[in-house]
Amino acid sequence: MPKEKAITAEMLTKRFGDFIAVNAISFEVDKGEIFGFLGANGAGKTTAMRMFCGLSLPSSGKATVAGLDIYKDNEAIKQRIGYMSQKFSLYEDLTVKENIRFYGGIYGKSDTYIKKETEILLHQLELEAQANTLVGALPLGWKQKLAFSVAIFHQPDIVFLDEPTGGVDPVTRREFWNMIYEAAAKGITVFVTTHYLDEAEYCDRVSIMVDGVIAALDTPAALKKQYHASGMDEVFQQLARGAKRQDN
Amino acid sequence: MKQFLSFVKKEFLHILRDKRTLFILLGMPIVQIIIFGFALTNEVKNEGIAVLDLAKDQSSGELIRQMDASRYFELRAYLQNEQQIEKTFLKGQIKLAVVIPPGFDHQLRHTNKAQLQLIADASDPNLANTMVNYAGSIVQQFQSTIFPQQQAAYQIQTELRMLYNPQLKGAYNFVPGVMAMVLLLVCTMMTAITIVKEKESGTMEIMLVSPLVPFSITLAKAVPYLLLSIVNIISILLLSVYVLDVPIRGSVLLLIGMSILFTMVSLSLGLLISARSSSQQTAMFISLVGMFLPTVMFSGFMFPIENMPKPLQVISNIVPAKWYYIIVKSVMIKGVGFNAIWKEALILAGMCTFFLAMAIRNFKIRLA
Repeated sequence: MPKEKAITAEMLTKRFGDFIAVNAISFEVDKGEIFGFLGANGAGKTTAMRMFCGLSLPSSGKATVAGLDIYKDNEAIKQRIGYMSQKFSLYEDLTVKENIRFYGGIYGKSDTYIKKETEILLHQLELEAQANTLVGALPLGWKQKLAFSVAIFHQPDIVFLDEPTGGVDPVTRREFWNMIYEAAAKGITVFVTTHYLDEAEYCDRVSIMVDGVIAALDTPAALKKQYHASGMDEVFQQLARGAKRQDN
Repeated sequence: MKQFLSFVKKEFLHILRDKRTLFILLGMPIVQIIIFGFALTNEVKNEGIAVLDLAKDQSSGELIRQMDASRYFELRAYLQNEQQIEKTFLKGQIKLAVVIPPGFDHQLRHTNKAQLQLIADASDPNLANTMVNYAGSIVQQFQSTIFPQQQAAYQIQTELRMLYNPQLKGAYNFVPGVMAMVLLLVCTMMTAITIVKEKESGTMEIMLVSPLVPFSITLAKAVPYLLLSIVNIISILLLSVYVLDVPIRGSVLLLIGMSILFTMVSLSLGLLISARSSSQQTAMFISLVGMFLPTVMFSGFMFPIENMPKPLQVISNIVPAKWYYIIVKSVMIKGVGFNAIWKEALILAGMCTFFLAMAIRNFKIRLA
């Protein structure tokens, strides 16, 4: 069964002392799906994502990523996933090209692969003229798009995006989502956390986390119907009203 | 391997791009050697002296001339009376006053016994001691020139030989010290800072998600600084040999090999510090206070360990720089081979292994 699933979670839990950040969540993500992971700040989104990436060890529960067990096959999973963290994580003192080279290199890609793919990537991003510009000098929107391209540079099966569009203007956000669609069209499963509710509409399915548990999970259309709402923000309002946790 | 090389290359780019830091890293040893070599020396050289010559005869004149001619002293003032002595000291012009009583020549030639007073500024006790010794030996020499034939009934002549450093040059002491300091500072502090920087900027997270093995992350961080340190070792050695006239009596290869060993100890210390600290400030503070001060105090380079209270002597044993300092002094100044320093080398190798193992153990592959 897990063969066709990109991600599965079963009663996955993370405790920090008395605090239960993620409380027994269970769900499955299909291959090639764009899966939105919504929730207010402190709902447990980032913690859950970190467990799938191997950055955080679960307290209990089971999970698989790309059909591999997150406890046993941690190292094998790393080859097959891409990750873009909340913090901007390219090197500002390296040029666009050097950053791409580096990330290609640490995933063990060959020089010819890196060279060829870098050209394609720069062309797609229209960054050819900036290839030798320091990343620190680029506008934020471009940085984020570049960071996403770098995260999928090694052609992972699944890419984890942790609030990728934070602080980016609406036009760039739209462009960013077009890039996500393109990646999904190539068969990459996209697992994305966000708190922009308009972005939830772009996902194939969304889960809404409230206080460490998954309060709802379905396609945006089905969720709106179920909660008699006109937009995802209304769905979210209804669910989040009962939340006890505020900011982390 | 390919992954490792990409990482090392990236580290070089970081270092090369930050021209200012690079300049400091490569310039610091040069500046330190020059400062220690020419400014911070504890040698006695051309110290100002004053003379109160109440005799004004042939012998006193000759003695004063000999003192002035020596490279240790320079005659700054002829005093007229005793009151002037202290005044001149207070003005800071002189460090030593020579008082020659009336009838110096007469007494010397007729009673074979003359007196002379040396007054030294002992606010710096070491300097005062050295000056008085030098002045004493000039008087001794003076004596033997005017009465070469004179032989007392019983006379013990001591012949002094200062082995390995006959001119008692300070550089012989501080060149090994500066080497220890520079290597420690560059390696420990810089590696600690660069790793913590990645933690702060969030790039460490990306690295932990990637297939990179934690061990190769730490190792790749250390490689550029190891190479940089080799450049520093060579520039320090060149400067000491050609500018400060400090010889390398032993094998240069052994010296460089031992320096690389010490560099690796410093690097592993840096890695350990980085594994334990979460901000650049913490890393810097631990490196400076925890590493730099003990190195200055306990390596034996500024303060002789033999004179310390027992507990401090015991503490000095855990300071890696102490062992390196002993090695450098032995190889460079005394010219011994490996068989004379293998114990110290073994201690350093042991420390390196220990710190590295601790660093790897403490390297967090997960965030929480």
